[in-house]
Amino acid sequence: MTDPAMSSDVVAVEMTGVNKWFGAFHVLRDIDLTVARKERIVICGPSGSGKSTLIRCINRLEEHQSGRIVVDGIELTSDLRSIDAVRADAGMVFQQFNLFPHLSVLENCTLAQIWVRGRPKAEAEEVAMKFLTRVRIPEQANKYPAQLSGGQQQRVAIARALCMNPKIMLFDEPTSALDPEMIKEVLDTIRSLADDGMTMLIVTHEMGFARQVADRIIFMDEGQIIEANRPEEFFSNPRHERTKRFLSQILP
Amino acid sequence: MSAAFVRMETLPPRAAPFAATGLWGWFARRLFATPADIAMTIIGFAAFVLVAMPLFRFLVFDAIWTGKDRDACLNAAGACWPFVAAKLNQFVYGFYPYEELWRPNLVFFVGALLLIPLLIPSAPFKRFNAFLFFGIYPVAGFVLLTGGNLDPQRFLLGRFVRIPEFIDLSAIARFIGVSGHVELGSRGGFRGTFWIDFIASAILLTGAVAIIARLFGTRFVTSLKAMAIVFVSLALIIAPVDADFGLRWVETREWGGLLVTLVVAITGIVAALPIGVLLALGRRSQMRLVRWTSIVFIEFWRGVPLITVLFFATYMLPLFLPGGASIERLVRALIGVALFSGAYMAEVVRGGLAAVPKHQYESAAALGLGYWKTMGLIVLPQALTHVIPGIVNNFIGLFKDTTLVQIVAILDLLGQVRSAFSDPNWSSPTTLYTGFAFAGMIYFVFCFAMSRYSLFLEHRAGSNALRVEGAMR
Repeated sequence: MTDPAMSSDVVAVEMTGVNKWFGAFHVLRDIDLTVARKERIVICGPSGSGKSTLIRCINRLEEHQSGRIVVDGIELTSDLRSIDAVRADAGMVFQQFNLFPHLSVLENCTLAQIWVRGRPKAEAEEVAMKFLTRVRIPEQANKYPAQLSGGQQQRVAIARALCMNPKIMLFDEPTSALDPEMIKEVLDTIRSLADDGMTMLIVTHEMGFARQVADRIIFMDEGQIIEANRPEEFFSNPRHERTKRFLSQILP
Repeated sequence: MSAAFVRMETLPPRAAPFAATGLWGWFARRLFATPADIAMTIIGFAAFVLVAMPLFRFLVFDAIWTGKDRDACLNAAGACWPFVAAKLNQFVYGFYPYEELWRPNLVFFVGALLLIPLLIPSAPFKRFNAFLFFGIYPVAGFVLLTGGNLDPQRFLLGRFVRIPEFIDLSAIARFIGVSGHVELGSRGGFRGTFWIDFIASAILLTGAVAIIARLFGTRFVTSLKAMAIVFVSLALIIAPVDADFGLRWVETREWGGLLVTLVVAITGIVAALPIGVLLALGRRSQMRLVRWTSIVFIEFWRGVPLITVLFFATYMLPLFLPGGASIERLVRALIGVALFSGAYMAEVVRGGLAAVPKHQYESAAALGLGYWKTMGLIVLPQALTHVIPGIVNNFIGLFKDTTLVQIVAILDLLGQVRSAFSDPNWSSPTTLYTGFAFAGMIYFVFCFAMSRYSLFLEHRAGSNALRVEGAMR
C-alpha cells in the first residue's frame, strides 16, 4: 500500500505496524496506511471493525501501543507538545457534533483560535465568519447550538474545525446521527471541501458519497485493513470474500 | 368518508373553554378540583391561620414600639422593639468604637455597591468589577476595618520564625506568615528594612525556583514571569497594609454582630469556591499523589465537625506553633471556615464535573486545548451551571454555620443578641423572644435573598439545559 516514491512533504499521515488493544481486546492489528497530501480516503466496514479507533489514533484521542504514527512530519509519542501540535493541525468532526453547548456558534468557532492559535479576538471572529459563510450558516452566528437543527450543528462543527486552518480533516461518521433530510447538506459541505483539495479521512456508511468523493476506499474488519482500492474498482470488483459479503449486504 | 382524504383549508384556532382560563379556572383547577383537593385546601388554610395569626399578633399588634427602658415592656404580650432599637448598633457592629463607625459603614456600602452590579448579568464592565470586588476590596476592607499600618517585619520574621534578617532561608514560612499570621497592633508607618528584605528574598527565591524548574524542563522566562507575578501581587497586598493612613487601630476583639457574621460568611463563601474547584479537579486527577492528597484532605475536613475545627484552631493550635507566635483569633476562625467549606464545596463541584459528558473533553482536546484551558473554558462553565442549586445550598448552610464562632468567644450577630439579654435595663418577659425573632429575620433576609438569586440563575441556565439536550441530540 505504501508507495515508496512518495517523499515526506507529500505524505500527510503515515501509520506503520500500528497495534492497539482495549484491555485484552485487540482492536487494531498491524495497520499500515500512508495518506498523501490532498488525498481523500473513505474508511468503511461493519461496526466494531476499528474504523473510528483508527482515525482517533491519528490525533491521539486514542493511544496506540505499538507501531509508528507520523502526522505532518511529527511522530506521535507521549510527548505532550507533539500531541498538541498534531491536534492543532488535524481538525476533527464527530458523529455527535460535540459543540460546546454553553457557547454561541461564533464563540464555538473563535475559542480555539484565540486560546490555541493566539489570534486576536477581532481576527478570530473574522475567520469564523468566513468559514460559517463557507458552510452557509453565517446568519446563525449568535445562536446557541441547541437552537440549531442537527445538520446545522454538524456544519458548525465543520466550520469550527476549519477555523484552525487544519492540514488534515478527520470525519468520524459525520452523518450517522442525522435525520435523512439533513444528511445531504452535510455531505455537500464535505464534498466542497474535497473539491478544494483538503486532505481528508472519512469514516462513513454513505456508499454513494464514498464513490463520488474518495480517491481510495479502505475496508476494515476485525481491526485489520482487508482491502483498499480506488472506488470504481472497490465497488465493481471487490476481491476479498469479506468485502463482497459486506457490499452485498449494504448495496441494493 | 372514503379512504383518501385531502384537507382543502386550514382550520382557524378557536378560544379555549372558559373553565380553563381566568381566575375561576385557576381556582377550579388548583384548589377545588377533587374532594381531596378541597379537603387539602381547607386544612392548609386553617394551618396557615393558626400559625400566622399568633405570629403576626406578637410581632405587630401586641408589640411595644416606643419606650426608653424595660418599664415600657414589663407588661407586654408582644415583641419589645425598643430593646432592638436601643441595641441596634451593638447588633450590627459589636463594640466597634462609636466614632469610628463610618469605617464599617463605608465597607458595607462599597461592598454593596460592587456586589450588586456583579450579580446582575447584564451590567457592564464585569471583568473590571470582579477585579475591584475580589482584588481591591478585601485589602481595602481589611485596612479600613483594622486600621492597617501593621509591622510586617515584626510579625513575619521577628515573631513567627525568629530568624535573623537578610539570612532568610524560610521564605515559605514567611509566605504562611503573610497570609495567616496577622500579629496586629504594632505602629510606626512604612518600614524600610522589611522592604529591602522582601526584595532580597524575592530575588533569591525566584532564582532558586527557576533553577529547579529548569531541571524539570520549564523555560527560565516562564518561571521568572510566574514568580514575578507572585511577588509583585504579594507586595501589592502588603504595601497598603503596611502603610500608615492615620486610621485608629481597632482590634477584632471589639468587632461583633452582623459585621462579624458578614466578614466570616463572605470570606468563607469567596474562598470556598476556588478551594472546592481545585480539590474537585485534584480528586479526578490522573496523578496519584494529587488525587490521594485531595481525597485525604476532603475526607478529613468532612469528617470533623466545624465546632471541633474552630475549637482546635483557637485553643490547641497556639500550643503547636513556635514560641510567641500566634495567629489572630478571627483570622484563625476564617481559615478554619474557609478550608471546611472548601472541602464540602469540592464534592458539590465533583458532582457537576461528573455530569459533563466525555465527548466535551474530546472535542476540546481535538482542537488542541490543554488541560487547564479545557477545564477553565469548556468543562467548568458547564459543570458549575449544573450544580448551582448545590453550591448556593452550601453557601446558605455556611452563612448560618458562622454562628458557631461563638464557641471561640467571637460574638457574631446571634452571639451579640444573646449577650444583650443579660442587660438588666432591658430584662422583660418578651426580651428574649424579640431578640431571637429579630436575629431570625436578619438571617432569613440574607438566606432568602441567596435562595432567590440561585433560582434566578437557574432560570437563566434553564435555556442552558435546553442547549445541552440539543447538542447531544
